[in-house]
Amino acid sequence: MTSSSDAPNEGASGNGHSGRYYGQGIPYLPLHAYPGKLIAVEGTDGVGRSTQIQLLREWLEVQGYGVIETGWTRSELMQPTIELAKSSNTLNKLTFVLLYATDFADRLEKEIIPALKAGFVVLSDRYIFTALARAGVRGVDRQWLRSLYGFAIAPHMVFYLNIDVKTLIGRVLESRGMDFWESGMDLKHGDDIYDSFRTYQGRLLKEYASMGDEFHFRTLDARRSIDRIQDELRKQVGAFLAEPPERTPEPVIVSRT
Amino acid sequence: MLNNLKQPHEYPGKLFVVEGIDGSGKTTQLGLLAKWLTAEGHRVFVTEWNSSALVKAATKTGKKKNALTPMTFSLLHATDFADRLLYKIIPPLKAGMIVLADRYAFTAFARDATRGVDRQWVRELYSFAVRPDLALYFKVPIETSVDRLLARRVKLKFYEAGMDLGWSANPTDSFRMFQGRVLDEYDELVNEFGMEVIDARGSITEQQRMVRAVIAQHLDVKAVEMSDDELV
Repeated sequence: MTSSSDAPNEGASGNGHSGRYYGQGIPYLPLHAYPGKLIAVEGTDGVGRSTQIQLLREWLEVQGYGVIETGWTRSELMQPTIELAKSSNTLNKLTFVLLYATDFADRLEKEIIPALKAGFVVLSDRYIFTALARAGVRGVDRQWLRSLYGFAIAPHMVFYLNIDVKTLIGRVLESRGMDFWESGMDLKHGDDIYDSFRTYQGRLLKEYASMGDEFHFRTLDARRSIDRIQDELRKQVGAFLAEPPERTPEPVIVSRT
Repeated sequence: MLNNLKQPHEYPGKLFVVEGIDGSGKTTQLGLLAKWLTAEGHRVFVTEWNSSALVKAATKTGKKKNALTPMTFSLLHATDFADRLLYKIIPPLKAGMIVLADRYAFTAFARDATRGVDRQWVRELYSFAVRPDLALYFKVPIETSVDRLLARRVKLKFYEAGMDLGWSANPTDSFRMFQGRVLDEYDELVNEFGMEVIDARGSITEQQRMVRAVIAQHLDVKAVEMSDDELV
């Protein structure tokens, strides 16, 4: 993969990086200018992504757009294995990363790319940035991670729901409480789940923030009300979808022979 | 970027790997090698490609439904490899043992590239792998390997025959085409990673003699010594 400071392949829409592979891509699946759009909503655990996606989906469907949702670790192929591995605590950081990447590859080829071909708006609840953040915090080589995810398609838009740890803690405790993985208990910061959560999520947030420029995050303040965040999302997504269709670029073929 | 595959490891143990297509005889040779090393008093651990419990379930589901794409096939094998590397390969190397691996990252390089995965990407994917002290490549013409497999009445497996690529509906033809291309990839890898080529057309005994001669050059590890640790 090229150096991380390089912008992904420039798209034609002015969004800078639409619908291309971040890195070497999948040689047997050259990307064309598909009619669909890929929109990712990122943010840490409990920040409100799913609520926003649900509202956005409804709004888009009322507007007449076909919408498909995809979420992290939801592939048919990998979900059982990931659940098993998590429950039995046999994951080390490297296998953790690779299981997630396999899940993502499965969804990319089986769900995301076909949906883009068919002209859907694909709303992704989390994208590769969660994987990069979680693995980065766990000390996995960042260059290696970027190279690994070089087969990912750069979304047309990446919204990042930004929050501070204190607000996040309040929100998580009010709703469902802290769980083992979201508190980074595997990192063994101590037996206290509250302290571990605060340390771990603080580091995750820094990790996300450090990716903002590199991956063109559109950062939204997640401390605002659900409605205000949703308004902003609709404004930006609406404007983007209303843009005239892109001029068809040449297919990007990245295979090396 | 990680660069472990290109740099010698610093563990006290030794890592020897065998590579080659199905029917090259590498597993037979590895078994005989393990026997010899054990008889010489070495502590030996053998590990096989794609054998970790972690990904067995997913590989099985995927294979049964023929649901694996070249990318997920590649990533699942890398996951299996990472799991075995950390739990099965590195600990014995740290303990000064001899680890024998039946297939290693090179199998992924050869097969995944043949399936159309980016060559550079796979190499970077496996850049966390420990560099073997010696990689033996059992080179065999495609017809010899087909004859051997058919003689043993081995049913050619779907993915091993590259049936997922849809090049031929006939398993034997598909195997020939797919593994033929895999052989070409191996030829490149021999130079890139300095693998030791063993002519796998020779008799089993003849090959084993060669294998032992080459391995012997890498055995500065002494056979089992009494531990310095005190008994408690």
